[in-house]
Amino acid sequence: MLTALFVMTSIAVVLGAVLGYSALKFKVEGNPLVDKIDAMLPQTQCGQCGYPGCKPYATAIAAGEADINKCPPGGEEGIHKLAELLGVEFKPFGEGVQPKPKSVAFIDENTCIGCTLCLQACPVDAISGAAKQMHTIIAAECTGCELCVPPCPVDCIDMIPIAEDVNNWKWRYPVYTLAQTS
Amino acid sequence: MRKLYRFHGGVHPPANKTQSTQTPIAQAALPSKLVVALHQHAGGSATRPAVQPGDHVLKGQLIGLPEGRIASAVHAPTSGMVLAVDRQPVLHPSALPDLCVTIVPDGKDEWIAHHGSDYRELQHSDLRHQLRMAGIVGLGGAVFPSDLKLYAGKHKIKTLVLNGAECEPYITCDDMLMRERAAEILRGAEIMQALLYAEEVLIGIEDNKPEAIAAMQQALAAGDYRNMEVIAVPTVYPGGGAKQLIRVLTGLEVPHGVRTTEMGAQCFNVGTAYSVYRAVAHGEPLISRIVTVTGNVERPQNFEVLLGTPLAELAAQAGVKPDTDGYIMGGPMMGIAVPSAQAGVTKAANCFIATSRALFPPAPPALPCIRCTRCAEVCPADLQPQELYWFAKAKELGKAQEYHLFDCIECGACSYVCPSHIPLVQYYRFAKSEIWAHEREKDAADIARERHEFRLERQEREKRERAEKLAQKERAAAAAKAAEQPAAAAGAAAAATPAAAGQPEDAAQALIQAAIERAKAQATLVKPKNTDNLTPAQLAEIAEIEARRAKIREIARTDNDKEQ
Repeated sequence: MLTALFVMTSIAVVLGAVLGYSALKFKVEGNPLVDKIDAMLPQTQCGQCGYPGCKPYATAIAAGEADINKCPPGGEEGIHKLAELLGVEFKPFGEGVQPKPKSVAFIDENTCIGCTLCLQACPVDAISGAAKQMHTIIAAECTGCELCVPPCPVDCIDMIPIAEDVNNWKWRYPVYTLAQTS
Repeated sequence: MRKLYRFHGGVHPPANKTQSTQTPIAQAALPSKLVVALHQHAGGSATRPAVQPGDHVLKGQLIGLPEGRIASAVHAPTSGMVLAVDRQPVLHPSALPDLCVTIVPDGKDEWIAHHGSDYRELQHSDLRHQLRMAGIVGLGGAVFPSDLKLYAGKHKIKTLVLNGAECEPYITCDDMLMRERAAEILRGAEIMQALLYAEEVLIGIEDNKPEAIAAMQQALAAGDYRNMEVIAVPTVYPGGGAKQLIRVLTGLEVPHGVRTTEMGAQCFNVGTAYSVYRAVAHGEPLISRIVTVTGNVERPQNFEVLLGTPLAELAAQAGVKPDTDGYIMGGPMMGIAVPSAQAGVTKAANCFIATSRALFPPAPPALPCIRCTRCAEVCPADLQPQELYWFAKAKELGKAQEYHLFDCIECGACSYVCPSHIPLVQYYRFAKSEIWAHEREKDAADIARERHEFRLERQEREKRERAEKLAQKERAAAAAKAAEQPAAAAGAAAAATPAAAGQPEDAAQALIQAAIERAKAQATLVKPKNTDNLTPAQLAEIAEIEARRAKIREIARTDNDKEQ
């Protein structure tokens, strides 16, 4: 009886020690779920979800504070992906929230007064310029978040939808009619 | 007799090659204009225009400068004047325009100064650079820059395979090139062999081209070539695919995700070998290629065509029949419908087939897939086309990739045998381009995330630095004050200096006042330099202007008063 008690206790102590050690040794830094969600978001950093960037939104989703349908740039496909990852139902966009075609900001360089307000608004530093110098968008880095449009005091920034060209063209989904057999 | 191997599957579509091999290669007439596309190679890197509208160019002059690693140069195919550098219809399935240089020939066909050299006397890196600047790309249709393929790096290339199989129906440009210019092809192969340090060169030609095989063998016997062999391979479509031909000739099976270079084999089209020879031995850049014009035409034949020749003008020389309703670029199995007959011939254009309803009747309506797996039986890449079809149709792109969608060479054998006439390859193309688009988006998102995180970090750092600077200043000020205190106390006791001494705000005020005084003094000192030594007339004019200014100021003031 006493031996059995001793054996069981020592097993418990050893296993406990192993568990305690591995909890310290293999501690996961950060929240892996946040990173997974963040990887699915389009990284526009536009703030349309109500959070100041994609990472904060991902954190909010992981914490269960935010809905998965708050990201228009991700499109419905993005919601589907998030729903699959989190094991929840697909949820369509709310009223009036619709994804827009992908665009790039364009500064009318004749009108620009060089106030640097858009520079400060750009979340990805995709605008080059300096005080009283004309600014311009680095189109390749622009995410199309539109955050530079409202601060411009002379309204010289336009959002131009990205046109399809030979390089980004995609083969269409084949549509053909099935033969009537009956 | 060399032992040959088999690859999985394959089909035997009607060859339709004899129509266009009856006459020798004809020189196509100089067209009224040349529309030379600037992006004529595989890969996303751009080719930058090197000429402007109005420039006069000579034959062989560089008009497109390669930028980036996977890029190739473009040259003027004849002498003339650059009419425009703008977006024109190109031979691309999207029917979207792309940047082209339009040249109006002056009829003189005047060459730019060029000279050939002996490849043995050149450094290999220089030779590769020469090929890049000569615009040499794979002429089998893939148009991948050849200079990159001719660098083996750390891999040991044992076999250089020269592809003269030309398995696709209707196309005969390689056949005719081998019949007429065999020696030059072999000389080109020799240069490639040297660049790759390849032990042997195997030239694979399908056995339905006996004349080409004979011509190549004759040329081989006439020259002093090292370890070269012309081999007749069985005719089966797609025996001209690079991986398939390597398999047949060497028995190497290239696994998923591995390049043939890693397995010790590299494959080039015979046309590429020919243009490598012309570029090195004669210094001629790639400005023309052999094109088969066949199908619904009076005189199907091969032409040597200047790149940029509008398709309509080329086809007219073969006598297009009136009921022609379009063109296919490439063969009937893998070719694409030409969106505009005004587009210029490119390096990828090996064949144009004029189509009519009689020759190519519209595909019968598709029936549902009955899972017969005949497609899997003929697939040369050993894939499961029916599974890929279901995944592509359901847009399950991840699944399609798991089933090795990217090993599909789009040969069309599956669609050819499908009893339900399902356009299978279209589904694979759709799925592939969809996956590429996703990858592009993912890359863009990764860059955006990185930049955003860097920005946040930068803002944080700036804040920290500002705070540190402020703290430092405050410390310095406190120290200065501490040093001043005893002195000030002593001063106050000694004399009735400005009562301000003790009060910091008053001290600041005094400093500002002093600065203003200094500025005023400076302003009175500095006078405009152009008002000295003036004539009385000029003085009078100045006085007049001043009077006018005063008047305007007066008016402005009264207006302001009124408004207020």
